[in-house]
Amino acid sequence: MHPAFSVVFFTTATGAGYGLLALLGVLGGLGFIPADFWLGLIGMGLALGLIAAGLLSSAGHLGRPERAWRAFSQWRSSWLSREGVASVATFIPAGLFGLGWVFFGRTGWVTVAGLLAAIGAVVTVCTTGMIYASLKPIAQWHSRYTLPGYLIFSVMTGSVLLNSLLQAFAIGSNPVVAAALLLTLLGWGWKLATWRYNDRLEIATTANTATGLAGGTVRSLEWPHTEENYLLKEMGFRIARKHAAKLRGITQALAFALPALFLLAVLFALPWPLVAVLSVLAAIVQFAGILVERWLFFAEAKHTVTLYYGR
Amino acid sequence: MTCLPTHTDKKLGLVIDLDTCVGCQACVTACKEWNTGGHMAPLTDIDPYGGDVDGVWFNRVHSYEHTTEAGGRTVNFPRSCLHCETPACVTVCPTGASYKRASDGIVLIDESKCIGCKLCSWACPYGAREFDTDVGVMKKCTLCVDRIYNDNLAEEDRVPACVAACPTSARHFGDLGDPASAVSQLVASRGGVDLMPEMGYKPTNKYLPPRAHTERAASVAAPRLEAVKAEGGFLGWVDRMLSN
Amino acid sequence: MNHGAPRGANSAPSQRPLADTRAPDEGDGVDTSPDVSDSIAKTTCYMCACRCGIDVHIKDGKIRYINGNKDHPVNRGVICGKGSSGIMQHYSPARLKKPLLRSGPRGSGEFREIEWEEAFSIATERLSNIRRTDPKKLAFFTGRDQSQSLTGWWASQFGTPNFAAHGGFCSVNMAAGGLYTIGGSFWEFGEPDWDNTKYFMLFGVAEDHDSNPIKIGLGKLKARGAKVVSINPCRTGYNAIADDWIGIRPGTDGLFVFALIHELLKAGRVDLDYLLRYTNAHVLVVQEPGAADEGLFLRDSENNPVAWDRVAKACINAADPDAKPALTGSYTVAGRRCVPVFQLIADRYMGESYAPDAVAAQCGIPADTIRRIAAELAHVAFEQTIELPVAWTDCAGRRHETIKGRPVSMHAMRGISAHSNGFHSCRAIHLLQVLLGTIDVPGGFRFKPPYPRSAPPGPKPCGKSVKPMTPLDGVPLGFVCGPDDLLVDEAGTPLRIDKAYSWDAPLAAHGLMHTVIRNAWAGDPYPIDTLMMYMSNMAWNSSMNTVETIAMLTDHDEAGNYKIPFIIYSDAYYSETVPFADLVLPDTTYLERHDCISLLDRPISHADGPGDAIRHPVVEPDRDVRPFQSVLIELGARLGLPCFVNDDGSAKYSDYADYIVNHERTPGIGPLAGWRGKDGTSVGKGEVNPDQLQRYIDNGGFWHQDFAADQRYYKMANRSYLDLAEQLGFIPKAEPIVFQLYSEPMQRFRLAARGHGRVQPPEAERGRIETYMDPLPFWFTPFEEAAVDLEKYPLHALTQRPMHMYHSWGSQNAWLRQITSQNRLFVHNKTAAILGLVDDDWVWIESINGRVKGQIKLVDGVNPDTVWTWNAIGKRRGSWGLKDDAAESNRGFLLNHIIGDQTSVDANGKRYSNSDPVTGQAAWFDLRVRIVKCAAEEAGFTEPQFERFSQPPNVAPSPDIVRYGAEFRVNREAVE
Repeated sequence: MHPAFSVVFFTTATGAGYGLLALLGVLGGLGFIPADFWLGLIGMGLALGLIAAGLLSSAGHLGRPERAWRAFSQWRSSWLSREGVASVATFIPAGLFGLGWVFFGRTGWVTVAGLLAAIGAVVTVCTTGMIYASLKPIAQWHSRYTLPGYLIFSVMTGSVLLNSLLQAFAIGSNPVVAAALLLTLLGWGWKLATWRYNDRLEIATTANTATGLAGGTVRSLEWPHTEENYLLKEMGFRIARKHAAKLRGITQALAFALPALFLLAVLFALPWPLVAVLSVLAAIVQFAGILVERWLFFAEAKHTVTLYYGR
Repeated sequence: MTCLPTHTDKKLGLVIDLDTCVGCQACVTACKEWNTGGHMAPLTDIDPYGGDVDGVWFNRVHSYEHTTEAGGRTVNFPRSCLHCETPACVTVCPTGASYKRASDGIVLIDESKCIGCKLCSWACPYGAREFDTDVGVMKKCTLCVDRIYNDNLAEEDRVPACVAACPTSARHFGDLGDPASAVSQLVASRGGVDLMPEMGYKPTNKYLPPRAHTERAASVAAPRLEAVKAEGGFLGWVDRMLSN
Repeated sequence: MNHGAPRGANSAPSQRPLADTRAPDEGDGVDTSPDVSDSIAKTTCYMCACRCGIDVHIKDGKIRYINGNKDHPVNRGVICGKGSSGIMQHYSPARLKKPLLRSGPRGSGEFREIEWEEAFSIATERLSNIRRTDPKKLAFFTGRDQSQSLTGWWASQFGTPNFAAHGGFCSVNMAAGGLYTIGGSFWEFGEPDWDNTKYFMLFGVAEDHDSNPIKIGLGKLKARGAKVVSINPCRTGYNAIADDWIGIRPGTDGLFVFALIHELLKAGRVDLDYLLRYTNAHVLVVQEPGAADEGLFLRDSENNPVAWDRVAKACINAADPDAKPALTGSYTVAGRRCVPVFQLIADRYMGESYAPDAVAAQCGIPADTIRRIAAELAHVAFEQTIELPVAWTDCAGRRHETIKGRPVSMHAMRGISAHSNGFHSCRAIHLLQVLLGTIDVPGGFRFKPPYPRSAPPGPKPCGKSVKPMTPLDGVPLGFVCGPDDLLVDEAGTPLRIDKAYSWDAPLAAHGLMHTVIRNAWAGDPYPIDTLMMYMSNMAWNSSMNTVETIAMLTDHDEAGNYKIPFIIYSDAYYSETVPFADLVLPDTTYLERHDCISLLDRPISHADGPGDAIRHPVVEPDRDVRPFQSVLIELGARLGLPCFVNDDGSAKYSDYADYIVNHERTPGIGPLAGWRGKDGTSVGKGEVNPDQLQRYIDNGGFWHQDFAADQRYYKMANRSYLDLAEQLGFIPKAEPIVFQLYSEPMQRFRLAARGHGRVQPPEAERGRIETYMDPLPFWFTPFEEAAVDLEKYPLHALTQRPMHMYHSWGSQNAWLRQITSQNRLFVHNKTAAILGLVDDDWVWIESINGRVKGQIKLVDGVNPDTVWTWNAIGKRRGSWGLKDDAAESNRGFLLNHIIGDQTSVDANGKRYSNSDPVTGQAAWFDLRVRIVKCAAEEAGFTEPQFERFSQPPNVAPSPDIVRYGAEFRVNREAVE
């Protein structure tokens, strides 16, 4: 699949944004994080900013963005529509929670809004995951690894962001650092497991079933067009094995290994502001790493239409 | 409405005979020609005279080399929308632009609702949908919905453009939901198959596989030729034949 | 709902409309009954040479779409990939706009626009001078012309013998091979009996001529389960659906066929009765070595060939239906030894050199396969005979209660034709057909009227005497029957610029257009003044040896004048040839013009009856262009050519349409056969009918008449058919047509080479004439294969035209070029493995003539000794309205660059045209190559590259986007 930057950025940014929102909603709502004006403003600004930037980016991917409102109508059948509905719906409790938290401090309805925002965030990330997980033509996505992956990476990037936020405000805590570290390790493990699964994938759909020509080998002789068309540009993206291996290495370094190392250092109680710097660095590096991971998520996904082209 | 109809009155579709298709591209351009002025007009062509030429087409013909233990064969393979019974391209659509008609089972796009998110093209395993970057919407085969019922065409012409054009008669059109229809019987007699049945999309269109090598030329069970047994060999035989 | 009788080729129940075509009440707002056309014009397609009937739907003043005419005898409603893309051809950005006069160096593409009046004056002045002084200094060659009866006649009126169309580099081997043997031909002059054949063999046929009829026919065979056997090095297209694909080594088809004949003869599986009735198998041939009539037929006092009557033990007229002729033996008649033709056939083909085991390796076909095919042919021909319950009478007056048929049919085309041994290979196939008794019988290969004609048909070529201001005494092209008919002078020097009908190419029935540029450049046999060409891409894909050809077109003499002094060219599009013209006459598209598809030319008849057709303007030209035929007629009038002016010197015809209706070639016979006579009731022959074109238009643009059931088979000897054929003017006299298995005209050339007769070849030519003018078909190694070091050039290289393209035209078509804008070289997997090549590699393809670079694609479905590519995809930068980055001129390649236009130097130091020695047919497919992986830095782009052409003046750049059809929708929705 073509790794369009708009979609790569969209899923990465909203994943991190919703992860952060969910954590702020729960932890802030339940009072584990103090209701501080600047912390709230920056924290919620960051979360909602990432979400909004992601959503805008995804709208940029549309052929007719002015009709985007129509996407809220088909929630009964379409995960994309559900994502649209959920993402917009989440803005309501998230907005209320943010306002409440920033301006009014923690009160009952703020807690409720926070928890609702957290639920909204989780639901939205689930719908995003399901958009991909539901696509049968792409075996690498249509697996039990996809939805948990989206959730894990969301809460992972969210927790690392939260940690950097708290550390920046010098109110970091070891449980948060530890959680972020553990989630990063979990994400790493999950990604490795996903890759392992995908690399060993035996796909029932072959050039034989695609053409109805049973037995033996089916080799593409000539395409219907000698130049690249929409199908090949959108779904025929190919990445060399060597190139993919290199990018997997970069993903592991940036998204998991370096952040884990930084968080470990933070855990070993380095002095402030070093912990803050390391924490922020961990978040930035991880974000970059997840962008690479998401790019690979697309680039390594093989659509069945490529079977028709012998790719 | 992107929920699928629980039942369609008809299952209109195509039957494509891979034993007969010579890959001449007649169906391809007949489709392009009709449809570029038809229901989803235009089928835009980007950079049509340059190096990055890329146009919207509803029907494309591939060719393959199919090699089995029995030997090799070149197969020409037309590919277009299969008007599936349970098409995910419809259900994934967030806006209701993609839909399956309850009356005849044709899968269509209501262009005015399409936001161009391209997800339907991801959901289609067959590559049946092509995006028109100029208009910003997805386009696809309409099974010539603007021909098959068209009062302004002579009744005999109310078939999809690809079927009307096909010089080898490798394309057939009809109601695959009616077991008595000519297309259903053709599928039954020739062992028509679904493409990617494992996807579970239940394509309406069927493909008739090439004649198996073992069945080939069953009509010619010729004994080996033996040299004529006549005095004087062949020439003697000629003389004898002429004398008779 | 009740349907009427289905019409058209696609009328199986599964291809018909729904039983109820009323739109269901879906409620989705889809307009299921949009208005599709304001008017429908029925005319004839010209996207290739097939000439199908088309319905052009006009909406809002533009072409909405084009579909096949269901009533038309050629395509019966279907249409090919090209036909449906006619819109994009019509609106091509490569279209010329106005007459052009060269303003820069030849070949640069620098022109200035001129008015038609100036164009006519320039041409008239130039051509008048030529006509006044030496008419042969005009060489007039047309390309994929469909008006050769006009253009040839014009040349004849002008007085130049130097006329031909493109047949010499296309299919003359098929035409001549057939016409000299059976009085008909494959090509588009005959067709298999698709409805009855049970075994169909297809030799070397890509989608050449008759494409829709062949496809319709193949569909019928598949529907009926008949067996299809293809003999072709490439397993694409038609060959892909064959039940048996025989991946023969190029150029060995004749050998394969002789092996089949060998097997059939040995087994006594030949139709002796058929041979006696319809062929010259029983005719006695003089066997007196050294005699002046050695190898000629023994004739009686009335000059009739004679046979030996087994019962009477005496000679009899071979045509005597009551005779009991011998087919074998040796007889002494009046002291002269004679043998029947059939004895010679048996002697030759039963020889071990034609046994399957002897040819298997050469052909690349296992001997067992050859034996199996022979057995199958025999089985179907003799054990699965069919009879149609129709009584008929043969020309001897014998009544037959049924029409018997042997359901084996064959078709052959360019794969046979484009080799230097193609004429003999074509004759070999006809011999096989005749031995099996399968020509014009139910289930066999059938003639399309006006064929069959006598083998060979008349008239003879004209041009022996060329005089100023004097028309030729006939048309330039024809059929020679012996050396006396050649167009050579006393010294044996050719009289024609293309050396047709000379010792180089005695049976050159279509001329040799592919030699004209070289010969004109070299002044061999003489210099010319003006080269006038129409619609043939001679500076690119229609020439061999492109690089040198381009150099010859632009070469100067010592005085600085072009060696070919003046070039007039007419085309509708900015092809690679236009920039080499001094004067460009812009043609219209096929939708803007009148044309006639005439029985005098290349008719569109069906085996069941004759037909012809017209084109008529469907849309008005939006530019200052004129149909070439009308321009030629006006030029003829301005030049005062006798038949183009009235007695008072005024123009006889106002334009081509006027000519089509009012011209009479002989009294009562004109370009169109339908609706003749003042009231339009005559057919074939009849007075001029002023309403004729309207009658054609009213009938859908064509005329077609079905024969009666008893006239449809055995046309060569069918009394009722032959009478009708005479009446319609197809043949001069209702006499049977005798298949010439042994060709006496060819033997006459041999005798000349042996020193007999008035016209004899120069000493140096004698060996060649002796060898190749063999009266019985034989096989020889194609010239290039015989000449080159096969270790060095181990591979054959072929081209095919993709089914969706016609020669060079397709690449300017926005739709068709999307399907193929880069051609690959197809290489067998095993061959590639030996050469260390992998898929997508870039390679140099090298011949003795040069090298060209392209990208490979590995395949299994090709003869392992053969590589091939799609023809005419590679384009020169600046042509055809393509942008500079178009794949065609960056990655596509033209194999023509490395095909030599001449043979290697022979023992006499002479180089001949790279052609068949009998007919002069261009031997495109003799090419031998090697392929070498190119260096890494050389990959990704083709070479050689040529300088970009300048664009003609006032031509808008090609659009960046085409939204054809959007306007129909806008207008439709505006109404709603």
